[in-house]
Amino acid sequence: MAAPKKMLQIKQDTTQARLSSMTLPDGATWAQDARKAALARVEIMGLPHGRDEYWKFTKPDTLVQAAAPKAATFDGGEAPLWDHIDRLKIVFVDGVFDADASDDLSLEGVTIERLSDVMQKDIHWAKEQYGVLEQRGQEVVERPLAALNTAFATDGIVVHATGKVSKPINIMYLHKSDSSDVMLHHCIKLDEGADLTLLETGPAAARLNKSMEVEIADHAGFHHVRVQGRDHERRAVTGIFTRLGTESTFKSFTLTMNGVLTRNECVIELTGDDAKATVAGACVGDGADFHHDDTVFITHDAVNCESRQVFKKVLRNGATGVFQGKILVKADAQKTDGYQISQSLLLDGDSQFLAKPELEIYADDVICSHGSTTGAIDEEALFYLRSRGVPEAEATDLLVLAFLAEALEEIEDEALAEAMLDRLEGWLARRAS
Amino acid sequence: MLEIKNLHVKLEEEDKQILKGVNLTVEPGKVHAIMGPNGSGKSTLSYVLSGKEGYEVTEGSASLGGEELLDMEAEERAAAGLFLAFQYPVEIPGVGNMTFLRTAVNAQRKARGEDEMSAGEFLKVIRAKAKTLKIDADMLKRPVNVGFSGGEKKRNEILQMAMLEPKMCILDETDSGLDVDAMKLVSEGVNALRDEGRGFLVITHYQRLLDHIKPDVVHIMADGRIIKTGGPELALEVENNGYADILAEVA
Ligand SMILES: Nc1ncnc2c1ncn2[C@@H]1O[C@H](COP(=O)(O)OP(=O)(O)OP(=O)(O)O)[C@@H](O)[C@H]1O
Ligand SMILES: [Mg+2]
Repeated sequence: MAAPKKMLQIKQDTTQARLSSMTLPDGATWAQDARKAALARVEIMGLPHGRDEYWKFTKPDTLVQAAAPKAATFDGGEAPLWDHIDRLKIVFVDGVFDADASDDLSLEGVTIERLSDVMQKDIHWAKEQYGVLEQRGQEVVERPLAALNTAFATDGIVVHATGKVSKPINIMYLHKSDSSDVMLHHCIKLDEGADLTLLETGPAAARLNKSMEVEIADHAGFHHVRVQGRDHERRAVTGIFTRLGTESTFKSFTLTMNGVLTRNECVIELTGDDAKATVAGACVGDGADFHHDDTVFITHDAVNCESRQVFKKVLRNGATGVFQGKILVKADAQKTDGYQISQSLLLDGDSQFLAKPELEIYADDVICSHGSTTGAIDEEALFYLRSRGVPEAEATDLLVLAFLAEALEEIEDEALAEAMLDRLEGWLARRAS
Repeated sequence: MLEIKNLHVKLEEEDKQILKGVNLTVEPGKVHAIMGPNGSGKSTLSYVLSGKEGYEVTEGSASLGGEELLDMEAEERAAAGLFLAFQYPVEIPGVGNMTFLRTAVNAQRKARGEDEMSAGEFLKVIRAKAKTLKIDADMLKRPVNVGFSGGEKKRNEILQMAMLEPKMCILDETDSGLDVDAMKLVSEGVNALRDEGRGFLVITHYQRLLDHIKPDVVHIMADGRIIKTGGPELALEVENNGYADILAEVA
C-alpha cells in the first residue's frame, strides 16, 4: 500500500459517511483481526472518488454512498442456465445463503463451508487467506471497495479443493428485494494438483460488492465462468484476487448483459514458474444507462508464465464500456508471454468505449502485446450477408456474435460455451426490431 | 426477367458519373455476357442491381420479373430471386460458412412465406452440392471465405448460388483466379442451374469461360454504356482483337 498521503476532504467525508453506519461483524479473534486490518486500509485509502487514477472512466459515487440506490428485481422467465449440466448448486438470496434451495454441500475432492460459520471458528485455514490476497492486490493499485468488503462481508463460501472435483460448483444468486445492499466474500483454495470449476449465475442484489480470493497451488487448475444477466438496474463491483503457483492454471470468463454499473476487477499474481492465467469477457450493452468496466491487473513474478486478457464489448444506443488492463512484468519474470486485447464494436455514434491498456516491463526477455480497438460494423460484410437475403438486423446480429466469438473461445468447456452463446442469442433476439 | 432501362448511376460521395444510360434485358432461360475494359462500370452495375449502398441512381430503372428492384433493400432483392457472385467475395471472420448459408436460405424462404429448411435436410443438400463443386467438409465449417484461396472463394460463390436457387444470377468475373480444372467445375455448376426460368448475366474478360458457359447474347460495355451487342462471335472478336476496333467503330 502506498504511504498515507493527504486525502481529498470530499473523500474523507464520503468514506466517513459510509463507515459511520456500519459495524464490524463479530467472530473468532483471527477473523476480527482481519476485518479490523481491512477497515484500517479503507480508512487510510479512502473510498474511491472520480479523481482517482482508475476511477476516471467509471463514476464510483453510487457504489460508495451510504444508501444503495434501489434496483428493480427482474424475473426473466428464462430456464436456469446450465440446467442440463450436472453441478452442485449453492443458492444465495439477496446475499444470504439459502440452505433449503441449495444442494447438499458434500462433494468428493472438496470441502465447502459457509463464510459466516468459518469466521466463528478459532482454527481454520481461511485465516491464512481471508483478506490476504486482497491486501496483496492493494500493493499495486488501491482497491478500497475490496478492503471494505473484507471488513464487512458476512456471507459467502469457503472452498477447499484437495483433488479433482468431480462436478462444477454453481453459485446461483437470486435478487428478490429491490433494496438489497450486499457484500459477499468467497475464499477458494486449491491444493497441489487440485482442479475446480466454479460457475456463477444470476443477479445477486440491488447493490453488490463481491470479492473472491483464489489461492492456486502448484499444478492446480481453476476454471471460472460467470454470467451477469438480466437485472437492468444492477450496480455491482466485483473483485477477483488470485495467486498462481508453479504450472498452475487460472481461467476466468465473464458474460455481462445489462446493468447500470458493473465494475469487474481482476488482480492476478503469477508467482510460480510456467503458470498460465487467462481472463476474458464478452459484454453487450444497450442504452445510455449501461456502463460496464473491466479492470485487470496482472503481475508476472516468475519465469515462463503466460497471461491472456481477451475482452470484447458490443455497445449500442449510447452504452459505455471501459477497459483498464495492465501487465506488470517484474525483473525476474523472464520468458513472460503477456497478451492483451480489448475491442469494442460500437453500433452507433452515441456509444463509447474508453480504454487504458498499460504495460510495465522490467525483464528483458519477454513477449508482451496489447491492442485496443474501437470499430463499427463492417459494411462490406453486412452487404455481403444482405445480398444473400439475410435481413439487416439479423446480419448485424451475426456480425455481433462473430465479433464476440474470440472471447467465447476462451471458455474451455464446450457445453458451457454453448450456453453462453444461447444467452447472447436470446439477448440479441429480444432486441430484434 | 431482368430489365434495365436507361440506368444512370453516380457515386453518392463524389460527383462521379459511372453508369451513363445502360439498357439491357435478360430473358428467362438466357445467358447474357458482358465484356468490357477495366473500369467501364461492369461491377458497379452488378452492385447497383443488388442494392449496395454508396451509389445514387440519377435516372432510369431496373426490374426483376416486373418488380421494381431499385426500391428494395438488398435482402428483398435476394428474396425476389437476384443473386450476385462477387468479383471479390468478402471474408467474414467468426461466421461459419454453414451457419451463414443456412441463415440465408431460411431468411429467403421466410421472406417468401415458405417453410424453413430443417437442419437435417439442409445438411443433406449442401453436402451433395458441395461435393460436386469439390468443396470439402472442412471448408464448410470454416468462417465465410476466411483463408480460402482465390479459387475456393469463387467455388464458394457458386455453392451459395446453387443453394439459393435464384431466378437471376449475376456472375462478376467468377472465372478470375480459377485454374483450368476449377473453371470446368464452376462452369458445370453454373450449367447445372441453367433452365428455362432462370436468367444469367456473366461478366468476364475472357472468351474461355464462354467456351464452357455458352452465352446467347454478348454485350460490350465501355464508359458506363453498352456500346455493342451481338452473338457469341462478339466475344471471339474481343479475344482476338481487343476493344480498340469496337471502340473506334462507335466513336
Ligand atoms: N466506390 C467507388 N469509389 C470511387 N470510385 C469508384 C467506386 N466504385 C466504382 N468506382 C469507379 O468507377 C469505375 C467503374 O468501376 P467498376 O468496378 O464498375 O469497373 P469494372 O468494369 O468492373 O472494372 P474491372 O474490369 O476492372 O473489374 C472505375 O473507374 C472505378 O474506379
Ligand atoms: Mg469489376
